[in-house]
Amino acid sequence: MRLERHVRSARTTWIFDAMLLPAVFLTLLFAYLPILGLVSAFQDYKPWLGFFRSPWVGLDHFRYIFEREDGPQVIWNTLAISGMKIVAGLAAPLFFALLLNEVRQMWFKRTIQTIVYLPHFLSWVIFSGILLDILSVNGIVNKALVTLFHIKPIAFLSDGTLFRFIVVVSDVWKEFGFGTIVFLAALAGVNPALYEAAEIDGASRWRQTLYITVPSIMPIVVVLLTLSLGNVLNANFDQIFNMYSPIVYDKGDIIDTFVYRIGILNGELSFGAAMGMFKSVVGLILILSAYRAALKWANYRIF
Amino acid sequence: MYYKSKSYQAAYLLIIAFLAALTILCILPMIHVLAVSFSGKAPSSGNLVFLWPKEFTVDAYQKTFGNERFIRSLLISIERSALGVSLGMTITLLTAYPLSKSKSSFGRQSVYMWFFVITMLFNGGLVPTYIVIQKLHLLNSIWALILPMLVNVWNIILMLNFFRGIPKDLEEAALIDGAGQLRTLFYVYLPVSLPSIVTLSLFTLVTHWNAWFDGLIYLSNPDRWPLATLLQNIIVDLNFASLALNPASLGDISDRTVKAAQIFIGALPVLVVYPFLQKFFVKGVVIGAVKE
Repeated sequence: MRLERHVRSARTTWIFDAMLLPAVFLTLLFAYLPILGLVSAFQDYKPWLGFFRSPWVGLDHFRYIFEREDGPQVIWNTLAISGMKIVAGLAAPLFFALLLNEVRQMWFKRTIQTIVYLPHFLSWVIFSGILLDILSVNGIVNKALVTLFHIKPIAFLSDGTLFRFIVVVSDVWKEFGFGTIVFLAALAGVNPALYEAAEIDGASRWRQTLYITVPSIMPIVVVLLTLSLGNVLNANFDQIFNMYSPIVYDKGDIIDTFVYRIGILNGELSFGAAMGMFKSVVGLILILSAYRAALKWANYRIF
Repeated sequence: MYYKSKSYQAAYLLIIAFLAALTILCILPMIHVLAVSFSGKAPSSGNLVFLWPKEFTVDAYQKTFGNERFIRSLLISIERSALGVSLGMTITLLTAYPLSKSKSSFGRQSVYMWFFVITMLFNGGLVPTYIVIQKLHLLNSIWALILPMLVNVWNIILMLNFFRGIPKDLEEAALIDGAGQLRTLFYVYLPVSLPSIVTLSLFTLVTHWNAWFDGLIYLSNPDRWPLATLLQNIIVDLNFASLALNPASLGDISDRTVKAAQIFIGALPVLVVYPFLQKFFVKGVVIGAVKE
């Protein structure tokens, strides 16, 4: 009897609802309310008129994204930068993990891991501070180049093409170490019996890598690639914002930095909201298709 | 065995050398900036410092800590991180616990789950969020930096996955002994999951410490900025003088040591927490990515 009563009391779930209440309230306030606030993208929103009295303008702002000169440019920049980042950000950790996986001296492996994981945790403010210092015209990189190759100092961050290159390289530098974690885990999961069998058949390490290791971790590579395609409109606001300058807007300005400058700084709230919504909607479609694709090709589920 | 062959041994040496070189290249710039921060003004403006301080001095640090604005921002950052971590972890625990329950014991679990997961897939974006913060009269308040970050769905998922790994017998025993769900969470689940809680707290701490953009848009008065925002303003914004292709514009470079010191101080808490984090984050990352 007693036991039954307790089991029944465990089934009363109002306490669970009560526990979830604070999070639900905060999520409604700071995640769902802004989604409702997207109506401002279809209005000529004025703060003093609010959502209810601002005049409706339909899709005007969305049309304006493609009509103004810098709109398509910014979208193209975002795709170009994050496309390069996806490729480099996948290839570098994969290559590094394959090499690191060969290392048999554990202390050496651990030291390397400790060092290469670290930059991931530093903020882009700190990281850009370091980059701006070493890449400036008087910085250490230019000093090295000038002494070694007797060339003129290079203005790395004031040339659009160079800027994109620096953005990709510095992103790889900051994140490649962290990216190896997933691959190392996948490599550790490869069935050792496969290697033993190859060993007996007389396969060299190179052949083992080519015919066992690479095929074994291909599924995770496919998954990561598809998932990152869902994120292709995120070219990393924190990084670009802390590294760019008006000189490189034509090649380095991305959707997020553009929304901030036009939407918040210039106060064109509705246009900023429209651009943001464009990004969110396309992003959602991309992410959902990426998950579908990952499920189909690699049988991968998040939940 | 393959690693006894001559050609593999040669390749192995190459691999070791390559890995070592790349890793060293990875941290050299950071050591360089650290060395600059401890150097005298003349050698650092003349760019004579490489990896070891020249004319060793702690002037830059004295100057930084003597700056009232810097200290004020440092305190704000500490306040923000303390509030953000304690409140955020409370919310994470309270939310993850019911969500970790199976459908049979908590029928609405999947409804709530979707309610939270949708926010990971779609958001209103910068401008509508800004308007909401404005309408809630949170502009220029430290709560604008804390409240929107309290519900971290990713942390909640990691936590609930951990809760699911705890044997159900523990919960049943507690319930039979007459403990309510809240009591079960705080006296049975919480002590068992302390390592995970510490890890997620450290992650939250790093996130709050590093966050700079919310301070920039929500707080118009620089006196109320957290340290990350202040550093962003000092280190990044005013640095364009030294970027222009004009070696004559050295006016700004004399405080290069101060900037270097500030970069290092800004990174210091993360560097201190990092060894503790490192023990755990590999697990967390792998849970999220490689699932069998």
